[in-house]
Amino acid sequence: MAEMTMVEAIRDALDVSLREDPRLLVFGEDVGVNGGVFRATDGLQEKYGEDRVFDTPLAESAIAGLAVGLAMQGFKSVAEIQFLGFVYEAMDQILSQSARMRYRTRGRYTCPVVFRAPFGGGVKAPELHCDSFEGHFVQSPGIKVVIPSNAYDAKGLLLSSISDPDPVIFLEHLQLYRSSRMDVPVGHYTVEIGKAKVVRLGTDVSLFSYGAMVAIAVAAAEELQKSGISLEVIDLRTLSPMDMETVVTSIRKTHRAAILQEASRSAGVAPELIAKINEQAIYFLEGPVIRITPPDTFFPFASLEREWLPDVARVVEAIYRMMTT
Amino acid sequence: MTHTRAGFHQLIREDGSLVDEENAQLDFRVLKELMRRMVFTRRWDERAIKLSQQGRIGYHAPVMGQEAAVIGTEAAMNRDDFIVPAYRELPSLYWHGYPMHQLFLYTLGHQHGGNVPKDVHCFVPQIIVGAQIVQAVGVGLAFKIKKEQRVAVTYIGDGGTSQGDFYEGINFAGALDAPVVVVVQNNGYAISLSRDKQTKAETLAHKAVAAGIEGVQVDGMDVAAVYDVMKTALTRARMGLGPTLIEAVNYRLMPHTLSGDDPSRYRSSAEEDEWRAKDPLIRLRILLSERGLWSHQDESEAIAAADDEIEKALELVERTPKMTQDDLINYVFETPPQDLKTQGKEYQWQR
Repeated sequence: MAEMTMVEAIRDALDVSLREDPRLLVFGEDVGVNGGVFRATDGLQEKYGEDRVFDTPLAESAIAGLAVGLAMQGFKSVAEIQFLGFVYEAMDQILSQSARMRYRTRGRYTCPVVFRAPFGGGVKAPELHCDSFEGHFVQSPGIKVVIPSNAYDAKGLLLSSISDPDPVIFLEHLQLYRSSRMDVPVGHYTVEIGKAKVVRLGTDVSLFSYGAMVAIAVAAAEELQKSGISLEVIDLRTLSPMDMETVVTSIRKTHRAAILQEASRSAGVAPELIAKINEQAIYFLEGPVIRITPPDTFFPFASLEREWLPDVARVVEAIYRMMTT
Repeated sequence: MTHTRAGFHQLIREDGSLVDEENAQLDFRVLKELMRRMVFTRRWDERAIKLSQQGRIGYHAPVMGQEAAVIGTEAAMNRDDFIVPAYRELPSLYWHGYPMHQLFLYTLGHQHGGNVPKDVHCFVPQIIVGAQIVQAVGVGLAFKIKKEQRVAVTYIGDGGTSQGDFYEGINFAGALDAPVVVVVQNNGYAISLSRDKQTKAETLAHKAVAAGIEGVQVDGMDVAAVYDVMKTALTRARMGLGPTLIEAVNYRLMPHTLSGDDPSRYRSSAEEDEWRAKDPLIRLRILLSERGLWSHQDESEAIAAADDEIEKALELVERTPKMTQDDLINYVFETPPQDLKTQGKEYQWQR
């Protein structure tokens, strides 16, 4: 074990993978000499050489397309998109090219690429750095969507993502990069893709969340405990595919469900999860599933982000209202 | 410093005469083979147009007029060079080893069409214009990292050179020094938008200048010239001298596709006639016939070979089992997630 922040754990996962798999390449803007704008690739170029860890010119579509082409020759890539807000430039290569490579060639070509991107609010970043665009990927076939909430999961999930035979988009919350610090095992271990985790047991309400909102959910649970409301907090960890077994098991116990996400409200993770709950667990519910999300706006300019982001008070209020109406 | 090699490369004029009779170093065995392939491909194209109208094959993007660029470039490659095509280069894939019946299956929307045989070095046709360029750089970079003397070859139309991916691709190719050759088929139109309305660039080869890579403009109706510049480009790439952009100036004699495009809406019949006279088959046929290297019998044999291959391909298409729903569900991921399996079972496929 070694104490690591989430960004150190991510760097460690890349280090372990580069050491274990000679076919793995790591590249993107500023990932080489500079070691990444958040130091997620710090020292890796020095250690593994410029052929395997390298800087690319500034063009997201070409970064993603490079990974697709490299996959045609048997390489695995971890391609970094410097901020998720810039990912639209690469959407064709990620969703129309990498995700459907297996299908359109009947498995002759596959695309085991991990697209890493930081995202998320609360760090006073300039606009278009923070938006939670994970919903677009959840809607798309052929790509898995992973968002860790802490350093331990980040390393284990990234190692799983790199071994995965299909493309994965791996989203790293900016706030967690340095705020999540914990003991992380040395060397290789995995956290399975597609498995949620019960992070706090409870009996009255199942609160589903992911990314930086998990810490808010846990804090809200502690707050609500004082009023005698017991929250079961579940970290989804993988948004596609979703671990409905864990979701349904929890709802069968609590009979109430709420979803907390940083992404705006409509047509994303929370609505999809509600639809799945309707299909698989509606008869266990005592009331409608609520979603605690910011409104359907852009991620606001930094001066308004504190008010916009869901916080403990909003969660407590929403759950309290749910329990008393 | 790299620069665009000046001028318009041409070896055979449209009347079949040689541009430089004294210094021309032509390999007539190669030229005869190129002639055979062009006649074969022309026949295939003519048949495909009819077969597509009859519904025996699907979507067809005619290649008539562009045979020299498609076949001349492929013929210059090694078997293990890798093609990342657009969608009008099916003959290029065929001559690179892709079975014809699989190309037919591709047009019919059958998954087996895209199941490139293991020993054929290419990717499947690309629909998103420009996407292939950045991917080709990835393939080229792989060759460079593996220290293999192979080249990634990609195709795009004149229209595609307006795409962001085109610029990103040629820039990455240069910056990463990847062994890549980008063949621009400038057939004069991006469906209906003429070349002069697409860009103020003097030639499309000039676009190489900003990326710092070699740019060459060639008569795309002259298969000998295309073969020649392609050989040079491939050699340069193989030697680590960097990527090349080849602009092959040619003309699409037929509509963009057979799905309702009417060229009379955007170009004149006088212009079409002018280009018909430049037909790549006509000029090479004259050149070879005059030297006793191409006869009526050679022509008939090439056509018969095409007919034979097409019949065999159609038979194989008939014999190929229909694509199933499982082929769809099972190829989204290596292992379908439980939810997808359930959806596959629940969905009422046969109604």
